[in-house]
Amino acid sequence: MRIGVFICHCGSNIAATVDCAKAAEIAKSFPDVVYAADTMYTCAEPGQAAIEAAIHEHKLDGVVVASCSPRMHEATFRRTVERAGLNRYMFEMANIREHVSWIGKDKEANTNKTAELVKMAVAKLRNNSPLTAKTFDVTKKVLVIGGGVAGIQAALDCAEGGVPVILVERESTIGGKMAKLDKTFPTVDCSACILGPKMVDVAQHPNITLYAYSEVEEVSGYVGNFSVKIRRRASYVDWEKCTGCGACSEKCPSKKTPDAFNEFTGLTTAINIPFPQAIPKKAVINAAHCRQLTKGKCGVCAKTCPTGAIDYAMQDAFVTEEVGCIVAATGYELMDWTVYQEYGGGVWPDVITSLQYERLLSASGPTGGHIVRPSDGREPQTIVFIQCVGSRDKSIGRPYCSGFCCMYTAKQTILTKDHLPWSRSYVFYMDIRAPGKMYDEFTRRAVEEYGVEYIRGRVSAIYPDGQGRYVVMGADTLLGEQVEIKADMVVLAVGIEAARGAPGLAEKLRISYDAYGFYMESHVKLKPVETNTAGVFLAGVCQGAKDIPASVAQGSAAAAKVLALFARDKLENDPQTAQVDIRRCVGCGKCIRCCPFGAIKDSEIRGENKAQVIETVCQGCGLCTATCPQGAIQLAHATDNQILAEVNALCR
Amino acid sequence: MKDTIDLGKKRDDAFITEVEAHSGQKFSTCYQCGNCTAGCPAGFAYDRQVNQIMRGVQLGLRDKVLNSRSIWMCLSCSTCSLRCPNNIDVATVMETLRHMARKEKRVAVPKVEKFWFSFLDTVRAFGRSWEIGTMALYMLRSLRVFTDLDLAPEALKKQKLPFKPHSIPDGGAAAVTRIFKRYRERAKREGVRP
Repeated sequence: MRIGVFICHCGSNIAATVDCAKAAEIAKSFPDVVYAADTMYTCAEPGQAAIEAAIHEHKLDGVVVASCSPRMHEATFRRTVERAGLNRYMFEMANIREHVSWIGKDKEANTNKTAELVKMAVAKLRNNSPLTAKTFDVTKKVLVIGGGVAGIQAALDCAEGGVPVILVERESTIGGKMAKLDKTFPTVDCSACILGPKMVDVAQHPNITLYAYSEVEEVSGYVGNFSVKIRRRASYVDWEKCTGCGACSEKCPSKKTPDAFNEFTGLTTAINIPFPQAIPKKAVINAAHCRQLTKGKCGVCAKTCPTGAIDYAMQDAFVTEEVGCIVAATGYELMDWTVYQEYGGGVWPDVITSLQYERLLSASGPTGGHIVRPSDGREPQTIVFIQCVGSRDKSIGRPYCSGFCCMYTAKQTILTKDHLPWSRSYVFYMDIRAPGKMYDEFTRRAVEEYGVEYIRGRVSAIYPDGQGRYVVMGADTLLGEQVEIKADMVVLAVGIEAARGAPGLAEKLRISYDAYGFYMESHVKLKPVETNTAGVFLAGVCQGAKDIPASVAQGSAAAAKVLALFARDKLENDPQTAQVDIRRCVGCGKCIRCCPFGAIKDSEIRGENKAQVIETVCQGCGLCTATCPQGAIQLAHATDNQILAEVNALCR
Repeated sequence: MKDTIDLGKKRDDAFITEVEAHSGQKFSTCYQCGNCTAGCPAGFAYDRQVNQIMRGVQLGLRDKVLNSRSIWMCLSCSTCSLRCPNNIDVATVMETLRHMARKEKRVAVPKVEKFWFSFLDTVRAFGRSWEIGTMALYMLRSLRVFTDLDLAPEALKKQKLPFKPHSIPDGGAAAVTRIFKRYRERAKREGVRP
């Protein structure tokens, strides 16, 4: 074998603490190494050209590059050797930046370690063999999980691109949080008016199949060929027959059902349609509050329904869909702010969340768009808004900024002035975070044109004054004094957390999530839409706090990723898969039981049971190779012989 | 007119290190939200609010902080520590600053210190506080003879001002006195006024 070794300086990243020329000189003494050199930037065009030239000139059949982490440039160099006519797996990489130069200052020791790492890579390469990828078919269909604005955008863009879309929404209507908002910043345009048309498009698009009131139960398979089991929760209404007329809701006697869509600011009926623009506009029975389902007698809705759609015996149903890609757009929830006992912990009726206030502002809300105090229905004179409740607060384990509260608080103060011109609004803030287009101007407008009083400080406590009002004890740090406001109503800009059940779904999708349940993107800057699982993409707040424009942009970005993947008819697998030596396999089946991907099956070869790897399903995790008592199953490109050769090179 | 503070010249890094070491708190974690100030029940009596004291330490302004009246008016109720979103024990910081100010012999509000001595004297003598004794000693020390005297009849009526000291069985008072003695000796060794 003829091996070439290239030691990269990485500018001064490596060369500052490693003698690259000396390491290259040592490398020349390793077995089969016929050429060794040090280069300034191996990944740059001249660096790659030097590798190609050396392959031709010295008739190399294997290349080692000692540079950065393989996570950075392994793919780059594999393409380089491939261009020069070698198999891409006749290449090995030694990480002498993260593992050597960045972590030690002793140049001599670093140079020795570099030489040893190169020696290991050479030993591995001598045992390498060319590998070729297999191709497999792609199911050109996408699953979008979550029907908020991000999911809607991803679904519509994919559908427009000609891809059939399965949209799964947990609630009985799509629209997500945006559907609950009255107006949106910084243009103060009606949320329902701009979201409504998109929701209607989802309902009418021939490429979109909508499963509302449904949840993802199981996910199996791999990029291009996922199989997804969806639970269609029992709505007790046959949606094929339901016309959304609302007669059932009018007659329902159980009128004290908590109204989740209105953030529990009002009451609704046990059978209801959440809001007028709901998509699909179908009724759902809240089983916990339905008299027929809890006490077994009532049946008013069944008698009222003109199409006979009510079915009290309905059970959850399951459907299985085959898809090629998945977009997770599961959104967020407000954190449980009642941990703030100093703000009443949820006891004072007129201390409400910003989302509840949004429902009070909305014409489709419980008050028809009139701002009134939940306690006595009077119009408030003085309203205090408190920002960062459950954001940027390490003491309750929420150190992050929720991103959009500064802006919606400014919006709510402006709307308050529009609704109640004689009212006075105060905002307690720590910093105003308004970096978007026209955002800072918007917050300034609240102050300059609407006379909103911004107070730089936090609020220590809220308590009732005994006469129906609330004393808000705060500080004005700019004034350097304690301040106090008697408020009729207090609105808390409550911080966000990942949607209920987000970690559970992440585990089904085999993607990572952070300590707060937000899904991890593949690279913070350069792969913000991808996850570490091929074929699974992210959109919206499930990945981290973002406002509507950013959520829509990420929805479209996820769709672009899906369409790019589906532009190919066949996908290539990674040939670093498990391979069975059938002469050694005794058919014990341990590998079949330990494989997390179901990639190994039992097959009969000449009357004997043998393990067989389905190469397109195998993810190359190596569990089976560690489990096999016979050493019969080997992971290509990480075989026992290759690993032992590396160990021998280091220890001998 | 006030002079501009030259932050470069006035910055006393040793001061910051000292406060951090003695209080065990990290001042860079304070983002000046003002929640300590918002809840402080003694804030009305402060010359600088709590968050301004914190800011003073962040900038290393030894004189501004240690000459402040606020650190002496602090009640040690710990509301500030409870409310701090960054888990800073602000009350301990105030305590630390009082000790540092005493070591440097600058007590901005001497009568607070005098009250402490009066209170502690009764505890040392009887093992428990003795209200009327504290009152008498404080009046002698501070020469504020008529301070809060108007409250005495009401307090007497509610039996809050007993004429005899509280007694502790089994030589408790002597034990407390021994504790005081031990601390007094340590204070002498470390050069702090007891």
